[in-house]
Amino acid sequence: MAQSFRLENAGLINREKKISFKFNGKTYYGYEGDTLASALIANGVHLIGRSFKYHRPRGFFGAGVDEPYAIVQLYRNGETEPNIKATEQELFEGLEATSVNCWPSVNFDVGAINNFLKIFLPAGFYYKTFMWPKSFWYKVYEPFIRKAAGLGVASIKHDKERYEHKYEYCDLLIAGSGPSGLASAYAAAKNGAKVILAEDKSRFGGSLLSSEVNIGNQTGKEWADSIISELKEMPNVIVKNRSQVFGYYDHNMLVMTERVSDHLPKTKKFHPKQRLWYIRSKEVIISSGSIERPLVFGNNDTPGVMLSSAAKEYLKVYGVLVGKKPLVFTNNDSGYETAIEFIKNGINPIVLDSRKDPKSEIIDEAKSLGIEIKFSYVVVAAHGYKKVKSADVAKISEDKEQLGDIENIKCDCICVSGFWTPTIHLASQSGNKTKFNENIDAFIPGKSKQNEKTLGSANGIYTLEETLKSSFEAGYELSKKITNNDNKVSFPNVVEKKSSVHDKFWCVPLPKGKNYKRFLDFQNDVAVSDIQIAIKEGYRSIEHVKRYTTLGMATDQGKTSNLNGLQLVSKIENKVVPAVGHTTFRPPYTPVSIGAIVGREIGKHSKPTRKSPMHYWHEKNNAIFVDAGVWLRPRYYKQGDENLFEASKREAKNVRTNVGVCDVTTLGKIDIKGPDAAELLNRVYTNAWLKLPVGKARYGVMLREDGIVMDDGTTTRISENHYHMTTTTAQAANVLSHLEYYLQVVWPDLNVNVVSTTEQWAGAAIAGPKSRDLLQKLFPKSNVSNEGLPFMGYMEGDLFGVKARIFRISFSGELAYEVNVESDYGNFMWEKIMEIGEEFKIQPYGTEALSTLRIEMGHVAGSELDGRTIPYDNSLEGLLSKKKDFIGKRSLSREAFTALDRQKVVGVVPLDKKTSIPEGSHLVKDSNAPLPNPKLGYISASCWSVEHDNPFSLAILKDGKNMIGEKLFVMSPLKNKVIPVEIVSSHYVDPKGERVRS
Amino acid sequence: MLHIKCPHCGMRSQNEFSYGGDATVKRPELNKEISDQDWDNFVYNRKSLRGKHWELWQHLSGCRQWIKVERDTATHEIFNTLKANEDIS
Repeated sequence: MAQSFRLENAGLINREKKISFKFNGKTYYGYEGDTLASALIANGVHLIGRSFKYHRPRGFFGAGVDEPYAIVQLYRNGETEPNIKATEQELFEGLEATSVNCWPSVNFDVGAINNFLKIFLPAGFYYKTFMWPKSFWYKVYEPFIRKAAGLGVASIKHDKERYEHKYEYCDLLIAGSGPSGLASAYAAAKNGAKVILAEDKSRFGGSLLSSEVNIGNQTGKEWADSIISELKEMPNVIVKNRSQVFGYYDHNMLVMTERVSDHLPKTKKFHPKQRLWYIRSKEVIISSGSIERPLVFGNNDTPGVMLSSAAKEYLKVYGVLVGKKPLVFTNNDSGYETAIEFIKNGINPIVLDSRKDPKSEIIDEAKSLGIEIKFSYVVVAAHGYKKVKSADVAKISEDKEQLGDIENIKCDCICVSGFWTPTIHLASQSGNKTKFNENIDAFIPGKSKQNEKTLGSANGIYTLEETLKSSFEAGYELSKKITNNDNKVSFPNVVEKKSSVHDKFWCVPLPKGKNYKRFLDFQNDVAVSDIQIAIKEGYRSIEHVKRYTTLGMATDQGKTSNLNGLQLVSKIENKVVPAVGHTTFRPPYTPVSIGAIVGREIGKHSKPTRKSPMHYWHEKNNAIFVDAGVWLRPRYYKQGDENLFEASKREAKNVRTNVGVCDVTTLGKIDIKGPDAAELLNRVYTNAWLKLPVGKARYGVMLREDGIVMDDGTTTRISENHYHMTTTTAQAANVLSHLEYYLQVVWPDLNVNVVSTTEQWAGAAIAGPKSRDLLQKLFPKSNVSNEGLPFMGYMEGDLFGVKARIFRISFSGELAYEVNVESDYGNFMWEKIMEIGEEFKIQPYGTEALSTLRIEMGHVAGSELDGRTIPYDNSLEGLLSKKKDFIGKRSLSREAFTALDRQKVVGVVPLDKKTSIPEGSHLVKDSNAPLPNPKLGYISASCWSVEHDNPFSLAILKDGKNMIGEKLFVMSPLKNKVIPVEIVSSHYVDPKGERVRS
Repeated sequence: MLHIKCPHCGMRSQNEFSYGGDATVKRPELNKEISDQDWDNFVYNRKSLRGKHWELWQHLSGCRQWIKVERDTATHEIFNTLKANEDIS
């Protein structure tokens, strides 16, 4: 198909490279350098979607980031992505896109019936209508609305693309590469500052690409090109296109998305699709330009009605005509620039200017080119359904209230210009209190809160000369402040046309007897009448009006609609705009894909994975792993067709009958040294530590100041002033911080140093009746008899030439030891244990068997020490010293903590000795009691007791102390289970601790 | 993201630190009688101040030192940072 709206010569596209693409299944051609929007317009396609609420036909309104209409579903390399602006998406070979928010097709859309029902869909419609009857909401209304509404479909597949994060520091970040961005970047870079210049579009230059100006002896575009190429060569400058600075956060941290590969058919190998930059900049220049304001008139959402600056950009940058019979409707001089570009390319526009008798160079030029201009004229309404066919125009009275006779003019596009709105989003996000500038009827940045400066049209400055002058100056001054250099570049002279003042008029009154919709927000279908209703219904605050009508709440965040909304509210309320105020600007400035925010921290990379030195042995021996905090631990070692239950039973049983070995490297280990080490332990732990002899270990419990158990573990006195503390795997980091806090902040007088040695030591727990025999063979030179190494004893040993630490500690209810060697020897130790243990029928055991063993013996662990229990609850009250103070002690005398019927850990056995008890189930007295059934306690951990061959659980039970022998019910509504149980002691195995001491 | 000047390491990003609460709270001395109310105030009762506030942070992924930071809780402006053993003036 021919590109019938493409000009022969104009534009910056590469005509050598033709590109084919598909829109709604149909194949078209464009050129390299096109956007999807420019290529579609070149092919005469103006109907691109349907509006959100009324499903009215939608075309193109802008040419960039402000686009409210042209949102498409994109297909690229087997993936799909919603919410893509056709005006931003660059064309690539094989691009496919479809319309959104229409069914079955964009040309025939069932939802368009809403357009005829619009009388029933006023502001606040959703709030008013779908509230009744209540049950209808989730059954009828919501599914219907969800299907009918929406701006595309998110892919449910895993996103295979790669997204990266990057951190960068610089002296000066400049957002926007228009004249002010280029000038300030150049001045600052030449003065030695480290500069990052970010441009959202693929081409640098901003407004210079489409305006008729001269800088020095070059055109605006030539000047931009030369500045950029010079900047790119400088080592202190990073120049980035396709990069949107979307958020301004605290302490001059800005975030930018770089669309690295979105313009390519496929992401290159090892390249990211997008890159998120976190930039900490000493100074920031916001040169984000301004966005043209629409004029408001009847049916101003008809495809073909667009911003005049967009029409000019399509013409100058892409060589595309948005129409062949254009009408330009303007209240300022900008519309004339567009009209002049049309006539230069052989198209005769008609200009309607709402002003009575404006005079300026550019109007004179338009007149001399023979352009037909009607002053004091306005467009009253556009006609045409899927594309503008004609416009009703009329003369307007000086007070802008009365319309003259309506005339109909045939046209195929209406280019509107309602003057310019500075893009102050970043400045406002930084905390800058904006101020209203009466001269431009818009807000501009006020006093800076952070180190930012807004320049050029973003600051309400609309002449090139002033913009360049202030920007060269700002770049120089800011860089001088940082670098102390004094290299000032000379300022080029500028040739531009002077403009006359704009007209404050922007909203055309309705003609008598007509009820045209006049839209303010083009993406959310908010019309003048909706705002009128909201105010009539009593909404006053602009924040409330916004939420009630949804003005400015669509994905474009009201870039083209907010100010007109404010002007309307202030007009109805008879206030000035600054009294109404504007709604809050929040990041992101434009939609950011979730993938970019997540970056590489996805799936198994969402947290670090730590592996013990014995990991590869476990892997080779069929270990099935489980996540334990950041560690991977063997859950069980699979033999044959075993499942988890069978394997863990076998492993636990082997510990009880022979000997087992478990990788306990993951336990937190803290090395404590210093003359006051014992005193620290004495304050941190609840029991007494001052008299622990060298070569002995002790079990300890530490509390938080509120009396809740924080962690437990053993600490061993290695030598006079040297201790080795172990913590649980999960609390290792917190315990270290806890100790550091008390040492540095609370008791800095204590002379102690602490350091984590978790990764320095590999650990193996050897447990079972045959563990001593095995240990003796591992350490033939050491006396590991009950006398030589008694329970809670410690010694150093020689493991075939490797120095080892041997601790006689047990959490399994069996005779047990823990052997530590330096991590590099971990695998050597493990293999030796397995090799020598063979004759004792050793088997490795995983965390599941480890749990079984500790539950059976009633040793409390993470599921009981869950941040809600005190020592008494865990039957650890015997470890509370009465003689000394310790962290959290004072809290234990709180009334609730000393209640006589306080909860306590107990054992639970099902009466039938068969039914497994789900963890998390509740304990109740009467399974048939009316709901809510009073809960007496909960099951904290369950296992299959290998000693008794029946299920056994631990529970935290109210008045647990006096409940032994009671019959209760375990209820699990989730699993639909009611199990009669008996309460027993939590020590189900070795209640007197004989085995561990044997 | 805040930019915090660690008195030991210099300017670092917030993600190297963890927040540690009110720096003006003093732990009651060990082995000393204390009323329920005073203990309650120490453990639980904190003012949620708007404005300048001294707080503790730990340079967790850096030097691991606990530091004192004077920050405006409303604007996030940081005025001063001190080592843990330096007194708030």
